[in-house]
Amino acid sequence: MSFLEIIAYIFYNALYFAAPIMLTGIGTTFSERSGVTNMGVEGGMQVGAFTAIIANLALAETFGGWTPWVAILIASITGLLFSLLLAIFSVTFRADQIIIGTAMNMLAAGGTVFLVKKMFEGRGQTPMISETIHRYNIPVLREIPVIGPIFFENVYITSILAVVVAILGWVVMFKTPFGLRLRSVGEHPLAADTMGIKVNRMRYIAVMISGVLSGIGGAIFAQTITLDYSHATISGQGFMAIAAMIFGKWNPLGTMGAAIFFGFANSLSAIGPSLPVIKDIPQVYLYILPYVLTILAVAGFIGKSQAPKALNRPYVKENK
Amino acid sequence: MSKNLNKLLIPVLSVILGLVVGAIIMLVFGYNPIQGYSQLWNGIVGDVYVLGESIRQITPYILAGLAFAFAIKTGLFNIGIEGQLIVGWFAATYVGVVLDLPPGIHLIVALLAGGLAGALWGFVPGILKAKLGVNEVVVTIMMNYTALHVTNALVRAWAGKDTSERIHETASLRIPAWEEATMYSRMHAGIFVALIAVFVIWYILKYTTLGYELKAVGLNRDAAQYAGMNVERNIVIAMIISGFLAGLAGSMEGLGTFEYVATKSSLTGIGFDGIAVSILGANHPIGVIFGAVLFGALKYGSLSMPNPPAQIPEEMISIIIAIIVFFVASTYLFPWLKEKFTRKKGAN
Repeated sequence: MSFLEIIAYIFYNALYFAAPIMLTGIGTTFSERSGVTNMGVEGGMQVGAFTAIIANLALAETFGGWTPWVAILIASITGLLFSLLLAIFSVTFRADQIIIGTAMNMLAAGGTVFLVKKMFEGRGQTPMISETIHRYNIPVLREIPVIGPIFFENVYITSILAVVVAILGWVVMFKTPFGLRLRSVGEHPLAADTMGIKVNRMRYIAVMISGVLSGIGGAIFAQTITLDYSHATISGQGFMAIAAMIFGKWNPLGTMGAAIFFGFANSLSAIGPSLPVIKDIPQVYLYILPYVLTILAVAGFIGKSQAPKALNRPYVKENK
Repeated sequence: MSKNLNKLLIPVLSVILGLVVGAIIMLVFGYNPIQGYSQLWNGIVGDVYVLGESIRQITPYILAGLAFAFAIKTGLFNIGIEGQLIVGWFAATYVGVVLDLPPGIHLIVALLAGGLAGALWGFVPGILKAKLGVNEVVVTIMMNYTALHVTNALVRAWAGKDTSERIHETASLRIPAWEEATMYSRMHAGIFVALIAVFVIWYILKYTTLGYELKAVGLNRDAAQYAGMNVERNIVIAMIISGFLAGLAGSMEGLGTFEYVATKSSLTGIGFDGIAVSILGANHPIGVIFGAVLFGALKYGSLSMPNPPAQIPEEMISIIIAIIVFFVASTYLFPWLKEKFTRKKGAN
């Protein structure tokens, strides 16, 4: 491989690994900015991955090449429905968000494998899907020297989608009245309430956004990387998305950057053994890099990562 | 009085509701819940073998639940039990393999090594919380996956393959007489370690100055500070002890159940189940025993559910446990229902 080819390989590997984490992470920025910790995104990704694979298997004959996209759409709906558990139990019933998130992860892990076994005669793994998400060469943009072959040749369209969602997410969060309301609910719900903002309604919407995006994230992960569903399909990607959100300072664009960076670490650990210098770094350092960097970031050693002030606190109207 | 009753009533109601919802789910998916639950029951206490294995499963659940319950008394969410457990498992096994010590002493040293490794893993989020105010939930989540990859690398570097050697008999928790009596189940003496730990933690929380201070910090940090307590030190101590208990839970697997350590592709789940155990037990040391008995037994008994005639996937039990946690955690659910109910009555 030439130097440029290696760089291009590392890049597109990083991007395709990063896309699901990016989308899920952006979702969590919305729910956390509204004051709700969504630890259940790991479960959300499992639900999304599961429904996408089942939908893909069932609909492949009907929709042909469009199947993965239909599957993503369906996964976004199941992701949304799943996230309602967090909204109902933590926002309405004021249960602890972290406990409910943990229970959601248990439910998703158990429930999806239960359904797989029910559908496939006791086997814990689905068959492989036939319609996968393809790689594309983006016309025109690929002609750009140096950048073109790295970013726009052989890319998953889902990676581009994730970047678009990150930019959109940033615009919505920081440049629209809706975003301002969302953030005010997470910083000072009482003040927001006095201004006539419906605190719990905003939190429901924010949690649902994160549900949709975690469902899509899981769907993309399953349809680009594992191509089937079992208990091992999603193992920790949701938590890595939370890491990306924190490392990205609760900002959709920051989350995007963090996810791509984590993707790099992953990509390097995969291709590392064939590269000079990198091959001398034990793989374990690349594996733990995202987590260690996130710890350093929240600890303030790499910039200051500050959580929304009202995070984890149910809003009770009577408490003045 | 009624508050204490609620403390007991809500977990009991939640368990009943969880089992009922579980039965409905079984019916919806075309399974027979009566067959399912009777196979589950037989899978827990049906013969001495499964009884021994159930107790084996309950053992680390007690310690993991205790770890969570202890930290939360100081107002700390230790989501990192998974990671502390994994490093404890590794350290205990390592000491069990490489050292040559007399029986008894070897076991104690290995248990301590496991506990201390977990304590170290708990110290990091503790000191970051105490000194810099860093959210312990975030740090402990990250420490979980760090532990997973680090111990995998350590196992490979040490053993040269994905599984370590077996520990020396001198470090083992297994009791040959018990194994024989239970048709060679893997039941081991760890259950005593777990019960002693429960007693010690209960005693610390109830009768010592340390326990008083830890609870004071948990109830109101500012008030504790104002009363002259060293809040920072108490936070670190709470996380160290919690991590130590989680490390002991891992030692149960390394010195009792498996007697070796292997690389893992994902977290064990015991740590997260420990959260459920503690929540069900109202975060009380004695309550933890009941939570662990219930969830540990359900988890092991579920392995019998896929057998004919019920043929229910064992994941059914994870669903039921999750549902139970949903109910127990919703402290406001029952008052809310009551309020809705009585309001309607008033309107009539």
